[in-house]
Amino acid sequence: MAILTVLQAVNAALKQEMRRDDRVVVLGEDVGKNGGVFRATEGLYDEFGSDRVLDTPLAESGIIGTAIGMALYGLRPVPEIQFLDFIYPAFDQIVNELAKFRYRSGGQYPAPVVIRSPYGGGIRGGHYHSQSSEAYFAHTPGLKVVIPSTPYDAKGLLASAIRDEDPVLFLEPKRIYRTVKAEVPDTEYTVPIGVARIAREGRSCSIFCYGAMVHVALEAAEKAKEKGTEVEVVDLRSLVPLDEEAVLASVRKTGRAVVLYEAPRTGGFGAEISALIAERALEYLEAPIVRVAGFDTPFPYTLEHVYMPDARRVLAAVDRVMNF
Amino acid sequence: MTEALLQVLGTDQTVDGAHEPALAVDTLVRMLKTMILVRCFDERALNLQRSGRIGFHVPSSGQEACQVGAAAALTPRDWVFPSYREPGLFLWRGSALEALYNNLYGNSGDLAKGRQMPVHYTDRAHNVVSISSPIATQLPQAVGVAMAARIRKDPIVVLTGFGDGSTSASDFHVGANFAGVYRAPVVFLCANNQWAISVPFERQTASASVAIKAQAYGFPGVRVDGNDVLAVYQAVRDAAERARRGDGPTLVEAFTFRMGPHSSSDDPKRYRPEALCEEWKKRDPIERFGRYLTKKGLLSEAEVSSAWEAGRQATADAARAAERLPPPPVESLFEDVYAEMPPHLRRQLDELLEERKAGESVNTSQAFPL
Ligand SMILES: Cc1ncc(C[n+]2csc(CCOP(=O)(O)OP(=O)(O)O)c2C)c(N)n1
Ligand SMILES: [Mg+2]
Repeated sequence: MAILTVLQAVNAALKQEMRRDDRVVVLGEDVGKNGGVFRATEGLYDEFGSDRVLDTPLAESGIIGTAIGMALYGLRPVPEIQFLDFIYPAFDQIVNELAKFRYRSGGQYPAPVVIRSPYGGGIRGGHYHSQSSEAYFAHTPGLKVVIPSTPYDAKGLLASAIRDEDPVLFLEPKRIYRTVKAEVPDTEYTVPIGVARIAREGRSCSIFCYGAMVHVALEAAEKAKEKGTEVEVVDLRSLVPLDEEAVLASVRKTGRAVVLYEAPRTGGFGAEISALIAERALEYLEAPIVRVAGFDTPFPYTLEHVYMPDARRVLAAVDRVMNF
Repeated sequence: MTEALLQVLGTDQTVDGAHEPALAVDTLVRMLKTMILVRCFDERALNLQRSGRIGFHVPSSGQEACQVGAAAALTPRDWVFPSYREPGLFLWRGSALEALYNNLYGNSGDLAKGRQMPVHYTDRAHNVVSISSPIATQLPQAVGVAMAARIRKDPIVVLTGFGDGSTSASDFHVGANFAGVYRAPVVFLCANNQWAISVPFERQTASASVAIKAQAYGFPGVRVDGNDVLAVYQAVRDAAERARRGDGPTLVEAFTFRMGPHSSSDDPKRYRPEALCEEWKKRDPIERFGRYLTKKGLLSEAEVSSAWEAGRQATADAARAAERLPPPPVESLFEDVYAEMPPHLRRQLDELLEERKAGESVNTSQAFPL
């Protein structure tokens, strides 16, 4: 066991999987010699060489397009998109190609690519280094969307993603890259995709969240406890496939739901959670579902702290569902 | 094959008289002073970042000749689509120094209203278009402005700046192709500083140069010494004239070197030999041009020193003024999303204002890690 940051856990997973399986290759901008701008791929180039760790030209459509080709030929490419905000030149390759290859070829051509990308706000990055656009991708059948919130899950989920037979968008909450540390086994392990995690148990109210927001929810839960409210925090870990049973079970237990995400409110993934609860657990609800999300504005710079959901705002939502 | 590198001011202090542009003394002096101002601006900005007063900076030291030489070759009516490493385009065209610092501080005086990261300036009054982080997106847009100007029969030229790494992006190729097809009056200015963050030019392209890529799109590409402000001026002026005549686009590759890190979060020692920096220091574009002007007797050593003094003073004053301005008001978060604020945003704003009566959120953001 070692104490690792989320970032180090990502790095550990990449090393573990590259050692285990020589089909795994890493490609992207600055991932080689420089070890990635966040250092997620640190040491890979020295250990695995330039055939398996490729510094690519600056072209996201090229990175994903070639990764698809590599996957079709039997490799297990793990491309990095430097910031999720820069994924859009590859949107066509992801949405129209990667996500549909298995289906459109009648199952002949699966394309198991794992796209890793740091995402989310809280790092003073303005609108081009902060966006949370997971909903676009969760809206794309054929893609899995996985988001860890702890070092343990970062390692275990990334390992699972790399072993998965389907394309996975693996989103890394960069705000907690270095701030969240925990013990992570040195030994090989995986965490299954599609299983939510109860980050904190409670019986008064549930908060559904993922990524960096899990830590905001935990902070709010701690504060709520002072008022005697026992908040349950459900870390979804995987948006697609979604652990619907975990969501429904928690609502059935607490009867109150706060849905928390930092992306813009409208059409955000939290709307899907709200709909799921409304459709399948309405009779258990003691209060209307409350969403806490980013505003429907582009991500700002100076007023980032006003934009981002914080514990105060979550606590207010908890009060609302408790005092309905 | 690599094209010849157009150079007017040799590193050995020789001057190529045949290519020496006939510029008024005033203009030449203003060019040097602007280059000095860009350097002073940059050094101060990096210091402000290092001392935690601003969040981020992208230095352009070493690339002043690309910016000022190009800007000087345009008219005020022309349009400019800069990249994030070209404050000199703004300063030459008349943007106030304070305006640039206001952007770095993201304060209420910022023309972009504190919404963008530092170095993402905008200045409509001087026809300089808002900067985007996503690489090369400005190229097709610049071509579009040029196409529109042709449709409207306005004799303007559009210049767009970008780096060597940007030539790998689809939008570079799309922009060049459209420009060629429509013979758009556009000047593509590539500041080839030989690295895209850590990735060296030879990992970016198998072409021998950037300039050569123009050939495939059916228009000329020229290669100039990007640390020679007169060479850049000459090449961009020729390109602008061609465009204005209706002869279409040109790709100008200014071969240069960024003397500092990619950004305030980058450590070039990880990927670039330090000896190279020493070597390029000897080709400092400001020193080279200053020597030329003093040798010609157009400026005395004392006048050059006082230009540096003035640059330091002006940047200190402007930064101090910017620091005094408050952040933008929270209402501004919701403005400019649309021409008129739709009801759902109005409601979100009202809720926020209500919430703030109970107390304000604390800024717990991490420092920008890249
Ligand atoms: C589409 C996109 N991908 C990645 C990035 C991250 N990024 C910012 S600058 C940069 C390198 C750009 O290099 P170059 O075009 O040579 O310009 P320079 O920074 O050297 O001036 C990269 C990869 C980005 N801004 N946009
Ligand atoms: Mg470059």
